[in-house]
Amino acid sequence: MKNLKLLLAGTVAALSFAGSAAHAERGTDGDLKILFWQAVSTMNPYLSGGTKEVYASSMVIEPLARYNEKGELVPMLVTEIPTVENGGVAKDLLSMTWKLKPDVKWSDGTPFTAEDVIFTWKYCIAPDGGCAQAAQYEGVKTVEAPDPHTVKITFDEPKPYPYSAFVGAQSPVIQKKQFENCVGAKAPGCTSANFGPVGTGPFVVKDFKPNDVITLNANTNYRDAAKPAFATVTLKGGGDAASAARAVLETGEYDYAWNMQVEPEVLATMLKAGKGVLVTAFGTQVERINLNHYNADPALGDKRSTKEAGPHPSLSDPAVRRALSLAIDRDIIDEAGYGEAGKPTCNIVPAPEAVASTKNDSWCLKQDLEAANKLLDDAGWAKGPDGIRAKNGVRLSYLYSTSTNSVRQATQELVKAMWAEIGVDAELRNASASVFFGGDPASPDTFQKFYADVEMYTNNFDGTDPEKYLAEWLCDKVPGPENGWQGQNIPRYCNPEYDKLVGELSKTADLDKRHELAKQLNDMLTEEGAHIPLIHRGSVSSHSVTLEGVRMNAWDSELWNVADWSRKK
Amino acid sequence: MTDATIATAPPVKAATPARSAFADIWRQFRAHRGGVAGLVVFVFILLAVYVGPYIHRVAPNAINIRDKNQWPSLAHPFGTDNLGKDMLAQVLAGGRISLAVGVTAMLLALFLGTLVGVLSGYFRRLDGPLMRLTDLFLALPLLPLLLVILMLFRDTLRATFGPETGIFILIVFVIGITSWMHTARIVRGDVLAVKSQEFILAAKSSGMREYRIILKHILPNVLSSIMVSATLGIASAIITESALSFLGLGFPSDFPTWGRLLFDGANFLQLTPSRVLWPGLAISLTVLSVNYMGDAIRDALDPRALKH
Repeated sequence: MKNLKLLLAGTVAALSFAGSAAHAERGTDGDLKILFWQAVSTMNPYLSGGTKEVYASSMVIEPLARYNEKGELVPMLVTEIPTVENGGVAKDLLSMTWKLKPDVKWSDGTPFTAEDVIFTWKYCIAPDGGCAQAAQYEGVKTVEAPDPHTVKITFDEPKPYPYSAFVGAQSPVIQKKQFENCVGAKAPGCTSANFGPVGTGPFVVKDFKPNDVITLNANTNYRDAAKPAFATVTLKGGGDAASAARAVLETGEYDYAWNMQVEPEVLATMLKAGKGVLVTAFGTQVERINLNHYNADPALGDKRSTKEAGPHPSLSDPAVRRALSLAIDRDIIDEAGYGEAGKPTCNIVPAPEAVASTKNDSWCLKQDLEAANKLLDDAGWAKGPDGIRAKNGVRLSYLYSTSTNSVRQATQELVKAMWAEIGVDAELRNASASVFFGGDPASPDTFQKFYADVEMYTNNFDGTDPEKYLAEWLCDKVPGPENGWQGQNIPRYCNPEYDKLVGELSKTADLDKRHELAKQLNDMLTEEGAHIPLIHRGSVSSHSVTLEGVRMNAWDSELWNVADWSRKK
Repeated sequence: MTDATIATAPPVKAATPARSAFADIWRQFRAHRGGVAGLVVFVFILLAVYVGPYIHRVAPNAINIRDKNQWPSLAHPFGTDNLGKDMLAQVLAGGRISLAVGVTAMLLALFLGTLVGVLSGYFRRLDGPLMRLTDLFLALPLLPLLLVILMLFRDTLRATFGPETGIFILIVFVIGITSWMHTARIVRGDVLAVKSQEFILAAKSSGMREYRIILKHILPNVLSSIMVSATLGIASAIITESALSFLGLGFPSDFPTWGRLLFDGANFLQLTPSRVLWPGLAISLTVLSVNYMGDAIRDALDPRALKH
């Protein structure tokens, strides 16, 4: 009897407490429903460079520090951001020291130590591992642990911008205990670890169905006892951008949907339902058309788009590449497909302001059919009876592929019409986003394989420093069978001078000089026609009006602060 | 339905011998009101699709971004899409492709189905293997098979015939070889029934060759079921092509077909409903009219109906 009274009193106390401070308790807000219309295929971002995998895994595994919505670094698993001023970065820029928070635990209850950080580095640089984020660890000589809560990174050369390894959603720390036997060639085989990594983040994977749905539970060992507010997360994948937008904005079935690449007028109709709102952040996303520098003739079979196929018969001509860019009216593409969520650009590095070049805006931003036609005439590409230019039997007719998305298909049609005006033909093709970005080495339709002459998609870089991003166009980053099609140099651009300049950038400490070099590299890519940048895209996501705490972030994972999200009471 | 039609059909009294078989069939056909309505609609669609572009002289692929998302007007009777392309011109152009795919795929399926059906019905020894083959094809899931075939042969055909013809051949071929099974089964059943009749025995005993018996005596007698299969085949081929386009496969995205137009318009249902309405209506009307025509043709060719 006495016990019962006590129990009742306790219940009342607990209830009143819950009522007064709903936000300050873990797991009180039920289920958070997130919709990614490109389904997640793994929770290990080291095995997939896809944005969806990086974002999904950011709820589970964390880097030492990440970027907030303003592009500033915030400490996650460390006590502070090391700088030269506070002594964290050595004066000679050859090393840096991270001080780990002392009481962080993995979701399985074991302590998080410097050993895990060291292991993460070894995991990614292991030979035959096919690590998709190897660029993050470029220039790192050693990672050591002077004591269990200190990590010292030593660089090969002075590293003026050292925040790359273990910083941002692409470079999270994984648990040594779990992945110890998954290093190198064994990495892709460790299915249970790759699908359900033990992490330090606010959630843990409960059930993972590849390319379908992921359910996550709140991490009971999360370092902030009051977070996350949601007890579970359901991350559903698949569908298309428009239906995802509808599920959040119009029917309210989901709380959050990512990447709303939908025609602006369609979004406007959906917004009228008042169930959700759009959030936009301009980061570094650029919709671009990659021009294949290697021959993609289907007759070459498995050799196409690799070095063995040889240079592209017409796209290897700089005049053609320049003309293709000149013929495009970016304003029209922006108006038709992006509206407020995009602006025309000629840069592959469109932000932040300090590194955004304006050098090529004069010739490239405006459509100039006359100049494009003249360029092709002068280069000897003469119009045939069908209106298509040709030289020595090579016709300017291109297979133009992209992912299935109505905005992209509309852009394809617009570009095709623009190119038709300079006597260039295009054959349009699209592949389902889950195939195109799926990274399956067996599929011929992935963007990495690039079995097409030109292809269009968006990519971006995390953080504010473009050094590693610009390093993606290095000659040795060309994807091919030898690296499991994991290279990031999708256009197969190769210029020793560019490589040299990237090397110089990685050695330059002075910030202004760095910006100058980044601009130069960016200009080089545009001028030489490695690709045709089209639109600087804002990241547009939508969330339910009942969801609080979303701080749209273009510099890191959009789910970077999912621990702070809560349900509006 | 059929019985009712037969019952209401005016009894034909003592047909004059001069009247040809075709006239008989036509008279029977006319008696089927649904069939006549179907024929009218189908002919109208055919005319619109093939003659229409000479009247409505707007290029289906002409982009005019200033006139995007317009509701129907005099200049654009079906409105425009989000790139300012004229929807009427697109529906007409799309109809040519969809109908061509439908009819060609149907012919292929019909040829295969009749061949397999007649062979297995007429020759006892072939019956088992051919019908098991039919069962095998029936058990194949169509859509996954299509996806695999498209992926495997796309590049080869594209290189040989160009993107549009290549994909046309591929789609027609794929739909054709995956939809002959029902025809084969029906034809086999009919052939079995016809084969056991006395006139076949008479033909055989007169020393007629097997292939002539098949061509002269068997085929005309199973024609009615073949014709019905044919009409149903057109409908299902159009729908399969629509499904492929709807999935973003099939023809290139700037190549309008009814299915593709429907797919592209789906997002704009609230904004410009006519983008979905017209292609959807065109598919439905074609399929419906062809089905009614099939129904009427079967009644018209039914020898029992002619006995009246």
